Amino acid sequence: MKAVYHQIERPGALQGIGSGNTVTVCHPPDRCGDHAGFYDVEAIRADFPILSRQVHSRPLVYLDSAASAQKPFQVIEAEHAFYAQDYANIHRGLYYLSQRATERYDQARRAVRELLNARQEHEIIFTRGATEAINLVAASFGEAFLNEGDEVLVTGLEHHSNIVPWQLLRDKKGIVLKAAPVNDAGEVPLEDFIRLLGSRTRLAAFAHVSNVLGTVLPIAEMIRAAHQAGARVLIDAAQSVAHAKIDVQSLDCDFLVFSGHKLYGPTGIGVLYGKEELLEAMPPYQGGGDMIASVSFERTTYAPLPAKFEAGTPPIAQAVALGAAIDYVTALGLDRIGAHEAGLLAYATERLSAIAPLTIVGTAAKKASVLSFVMEGVHPHDIAQILDSRGVAVRAGHHCAQPLMARLGLPATVRASFGLYNTTAEVDALAEALEEVEVMFLQ
Amino acid sequence: MSDSVELYPKAVLDHGRHPRNRRAIAGCSHFAKSENPSCGDDVSVSLRIDQGDVIREAAFDGRSCVVATASASLMTELLVGKTPAQAKMLFQRFHALAAGGAEEAIDSMEAEAERLTVLSGVRAYPVRVRCATLAWKTMLAALENERSQQ
Ligand SMILES: Cc1ncc(COP(=O)(O)O)c(C=O)c1O
Repeated sequence: MKAVYHQIERPGALQGIGSGNTVTVCHPPDRCGDHAGFYDVEAIRADFPILSRQVHSRPLVYLDSAASAQKPFQVIEAEHAFYAQDYANIHRGLYYLSQRATERYDQARRAVRELLNARQEHEIIFTRGATEAINLVAASFGEAFLNEGDEVLVTGLEHHSNIVPWQLLRDKKGIVLKAAPVNDAGEVPLEDFIRLLGSRTRLAAFAHVSNVLGTVLPIAEMIRAAHQAGARVLIDAAQSVAHAKIDVQSLDCDFLVFSGHKLYGPTGIGVLYGKEELLEAMPPYQGGGDMIASVSFERTTYAPLPAKFEAGTPPIAQAVALGAAIDYVTALGLDRIGAHEAGLLAYATERLSAIAPLTIVGTAAKKASVLSFVMEGVHPHDIAQILDSRGVAVRAGHHCAQPLMARLGLPATVRASFGLYNTTAEVDALAEALEEVEVMFLQ
Repeated sequence: MSDSVELYPKAVLDHGRHPRNRRAIAGCSHFAKSENPSCGDDVSVSLRIDQGDVIREAAFDGRSCVVATASASLMTELLVGKTPAQAKMLFQRFHALAAGGAEEAIDSMEAEAERLTVLSGVRAYPVRVRCATLAWKTMLAALENERSQQ
């Protein structure tokens, strides 16, 4: 088994600590106080087994972390070790293993609370992912607080998972769904958002970062404005949680959702953060085991938070592994991860801008980790296919944001997205493959 | 050479970049339009079928990737002179070729239909099978959609 911490001598001229021709890098770098601030992406890559595989006889260049991030061995190992040593169903067991599994599950919740700086552990509800978390709020908050004619305000750049649940609620309860417009740069101008906040707006629900364009929304200002208008706020942090530190108390958002799999954790686990007083006032989302205090056919009383919203056996091992993923990114430092990715984005923007038929889609002043583009005369699917043959994994399509694509007047884009393990050499591989596309289809 | 390049042999690139019969047929007898929901591509197919039940003219239009465009282009060339029944048979064979499975369907293809084998590369890419068959399925819909004669 790999050590959690070790030092390796690396030849070459890596900038960082060391002298002469060898550099000492730490793994993970942050565990060593001396080396704080030093980001050794090669050592980080060594944590991700999949990054050393080849596809189509080429080294994998994985540029689809916005769809799902790859997993470090620390996460894979955490899930494996949990099943191998600590696994049992939680809550109901009086025996040692069940108690142990329950502790591990609670520990994961603690890790999420710390990540988001939530006030209370029971404000963290485990869900299957961001999608289920939004559906939970739409169903339960919608049931308790939304009536016919009440408005929910989203933005024009939302993922379908932050549109369709509100449409379902509209069909059921007659609420009104509004969307703040997106400008040509792919931004949601604050003044337009504010203009749409009215006396009937009960909830504003929007992404922190656009999964298509990488636009970073001014969520602090948007939250303040929504609160001034008397609305509650849900933040879809699916695309931001892996790239920046989020503090739900200083943001003062009422709900926040994300998926574990985009945070280097497993699939099947996600998080809803909700303010205690709201979660207390909301009815359960699903009924079943674990979410009750007592059941008789006449009357059922619900369990206290967070169990009230976690009916049935949850994804226990996935929660534990999500805890390991949170440990991993916080140990590296979300600030440093964000800075590394910002460097990649700037470099990629520069490299790709030099390819004549290529147009970058989304030119917001603040962007994170995502680069969408189109190439005059070449279909995005054909681009992605050729890139794949060069080992470069990108996504092409509407990225589950068709209203945004319609606004941009594009049926599809190619999207490259960056994670903590990507390198400038991989950006070069992307640019070189795109130059081949140009030759193949346009010359 | 990696697999993906076989998706774009010369003939496919040629038909993709210089599609044949990419137009609308004025006064066509049969027409249909459809969309590939996974990518937003759309293709319309128009046919002119004469009194003797023979396809005299076939054309397509729309916005699509190279694979879909090349497939549509080849299809319109092969349809001319066929009856609707023969066109459906050709689709069956093409589908077997594109989606994989029925090798005999390819073996039994007439010489002219062999031209379609340039598209067999999609077999390795299940998501692209829909691109390759988009125009064909639209053609089947067009056969069922006779325009009232004006
Ligand atoms: C902005 C945004 N919101 C929500 C989701 C939904 O996440 P999941 O499919 O993990 O529930 C995604 C995933 O692509 C996303 O990018």
